[in-house]
Amino acid sequence: MSSEIRFTDFKSDKQPTWCPGCGDFGTMNGMMKALAETGNDPDNTFICAGIGCSGKIGTYMHSYALHGVHGRALPVGTGVKLANPDLEVMVAGGDGDGYSIGAGHFIHAVRRNVDMTYVVMDNRIYGLTKGQASPTSREDFETSTTPEGPKQPPVNPLALSLAAGGTFIAQSFSSDSQRHTEIVQKAIEHDGFGFVNVYSPCVTFNDVDTYDYFRDSIVDLADEDHDPTDREAAKKKILEGDKEYQGVIYQDENSVPYSDLHGLDANMSEIPDGAPEDAMDLVREFY
Amino acid sequence: MAEDLNWAIGGEAGDGIDSTGKIFAQALSRAGRHVFTSKDFASRIRGGYTAYKIRSSTDRVQSVVDRLDILVALTQRTIDENVEELHDDSVVIYDGERSWDAEIPEGVTGVDVPLKSLAEDAGGAIMRNVVALGAACQIADFPIENLDESLEKRFASKGEKLVENNKQAARLGQEYVEENYDDLPEYSIDTTDEDLVLLNGDEAIGMGAIAAGCRFYSGYPITPATDVMEYLTGRIDQYGGTVVQAEDELSAINMALGAARAGARAMTATSGPGIDLMTETFGLVATSETPLVICDVMRSGPSTGMPTKQEQGDLNMTLYGGHGEVPRFVVAPTTVAECFQKTVEAFNLAEKYQLPVYLVSDLALAVTEQTFKPEEFDMDAIEIDRGKVVDEDDIDQYLDEQDRFQPHYDAPDGVSPRAFPGTDGGAHMSTGLEHNELGRRTEDTDERVKQVDKRNRKVETAEQEEDWDYREFGDEDADTLVISWGSNEGAMVEALDFLEDDGIDVRFISVPYIFPRPDLTEEVEAAEEVIVVECNEQGQFADLLEHDTLTRLKRVNKYNGVRFKADELADDIKAELEAEVTP
Repeated sequence: MSSEIRFTDFKSDKQPTWCPGCGDFGTMNGMMKALAETGNDPDNTFICAGIGCSGKIGTYMHSYALHGVHGRALPVGTGVKLANPDLEVMVAGGDGDGYSIGAGHFIHAVRRNVDMTYVVMDNRIYGLTKGQASPTSREDFETSTTPEGPKQPPVNPLALSLAAGGTFIAQSFSSDSQRHTEIVQKAIEHDGFGFVNVYSPCVTFNDVDTYDYFRDSIVDLADEDHDPTDREAAKKKILEGDKEYQGVIYQDENSVPYSDLHGLDANMSEIPDGAPEDAMDLVREFY
Repeated sequence: MAEDLNWAIGGEAGDGIDSTGKIFAQALSRAGRHVFTSKDFASRIRGGYTAYKIRSSTDRVQSVVDRLDILVALTQRTIDENVEELHDDSVVIYDGERSWDAEIPEGVTGVDVPLKSLAEDAGGAIMRNVVALGAACQIADFPIENLDESLEKRFASKGEKLVENNKQAARLGQEYVEENYDDLPEYSIDTTDEDLVLLNGDEAIGMGAIAAGCRFYSGYPITPATDVMEYLTGRIDQYGGTVVQAEDELSAINMALGAARAGARAMTATSGPGIDLMTETFGLVATSETPLVICDVMRSGPSTGMPTKQEQGDLNMTLYGGHGEVPRFVVAPTTVAECFQKTVEAFNLAEKYQLPVYLVSDLALAVTEQTFKPEEFDMDAIEIDRGKVVDEDDIDQYLDEQDRFQPHYDAPDGVSPRAFPGTDGGAHMSTGLEHNELGRRTEDTDERVKQVDKRNRKVETAEQEEDWDYREFGDEDADTLVISWGSNEGAMVEALDFLEDDGIDVRFISVPYIFPRPDLTEEVEAAEEVIVVECNEQGQFADLLEHDTLTRLKRVNKYNGVRFKADELADDIKAELEAEVTP
């Protein structure tokens, strides 16, 4: 089936209402390409998202999808994947969705290491609520709710992920279509929780973290002598925090996904018409 | 009426009260005696007063009463806490060698057994509670062999030696009483050859879930719902399912939602504070028309309230919780056996009508172990109805003109087709936003009304198609009608006997459905006096019935954290009836 699938098969007939030029277009296109490249089709793919601009992604893609409540897309994806391991599960979120309201779920999803892919469209601003500071906003970034800047350091999602035991940690830039697609594809192929933080500029409310800014400052790990399997090297790069990296920063090649550790391989939608044959054993336990 | 035996052990949390009580309850149950247990416990791990009480008879027992025949007191406080329940034939077993000087109430027989020393003789001081059990067997003239079987069940995994030591400890206790006390109150309890099973409401819910095909459970530990999770852990795996301990209740319900959308029968269980958190996602579950069973094992609220105490105060929250208006079913089992049966039913209702079902239990059901005939957990009777699930072959009829699947198809009965992910041609969107038949966001006025009406039409369909019936006890023609819901049924059934002794005939209706619920207008109109019994202060169920019947109803409410006792409930009802004649 994979040979017949093109990335456009993942496009719905609904036109996105994202602002013209929004980074989310590129982020989504890369996700669709990566899904097609990895041999998936819309009927075996499940996309989960929360609220905000990122939350709209399920509407613009053609697949099984759930558009849920703010910050909770990762638990939904976890439930979907564990209930049916045959599905390819992708979760999309924004920096507010993932690192603010959903921060708790984020670190637990990382350490749970369920075999799914988490793509965060990080634009360092709250877009859909029209321009407030987000957890990744710069310390001095002036917004309607932080006229003198947040005066607190931004969250470092890569560091959070590494500290929580992340087995695949990557970053990409939505406008570098080829690299972004490659990186998401690697995340999909990873056995475990593939996390990609995507620089996905907001052209309406963020005039600091712009396309130009990222184009000028991005350092591609492919151009550096970086070994992604070296956790210490990854830690150094992530904690230095002075560069905008693109690429796979860390990948645990020995990652064992949650389902394997817990012996889960059944499609739980398949159940008998009545109680299991040996169900009376459950009663006998109470004699 | 067959002779009751009311037995209790009390001490500090950490004294092994629970496991000792369970061993004795199992011994009685294995001897074919019906058992009803209750627990007094505090929200702490060690220390504080805790007790395990057993009422037992050769007849069915469904309630606790204000009477204790044999009390094993490991602390003075145990005696003090229960002094009202002791009577002239009561026996208190205590260890006089311990540092406290037991003050045995006047008229009560104290039996001083060196529990610790005898336990040490048998192999270890830790077995002192088992020595006390042996002593209790002697006092109750109960064959100690029954205790052996339950000691084996409890300790078999820890080795034969430990089992033998425990059996020996019990015998030392028995012999000590036999040799040193010859003038004790007469207890001679019968045994039968009846097969009985002994379990609590949380276990029954877990068992019902597995039997009904639930394969995914996600939850966060909370008293008194945790037993559901602990029961399922390790057992559900054997059927291809799993239990996930989520990071919080928000996550728990969202995981269950995800699993349900993937086609699994999924459940989460929590108590009131957890329901508060889950309410965020509840609306999404309902609007996206996802079948999900959400179990609320109620405890005393509000806020953290009294975590280890009984209350039925969440009814309004399960009925009305969440912003906006969305249909949900609320089912509330009334006995431990019904916890099993209604759990199975909850899964069928959820999938047939594609909506969230609140399965509402309470602490009294959750921690009470009760004996039942195994047939009441009839696995052969279980029928699984997954509702309108479409596959590759029949999906065509639910596609629109552009071949798009319509998960919210505006069906005449309000129930749309469901396509599990993985079904070819069924790819679709689900959302908490108002949506059209395709599941896509809309703010179109007509579409909005259409979808709201469609969701509500499911309830109308269910009201017609399902039996939202009730259970009835007592005298059908009595002038006095008592109505209750949840765990009060057992105490009320036994209260009928006390009331009858006082010449008061009562018709009693126990209602397991909160929404939809049976229409009781005729029953209420036929009665002269109607009293609604519930464990809350406001009379939340009484309010609903008043709304249905347009009749002012009397209420008996208990909200001190303790479940109704049969004799006390009979007195309360009498008082309420008498209040009528007093101007």
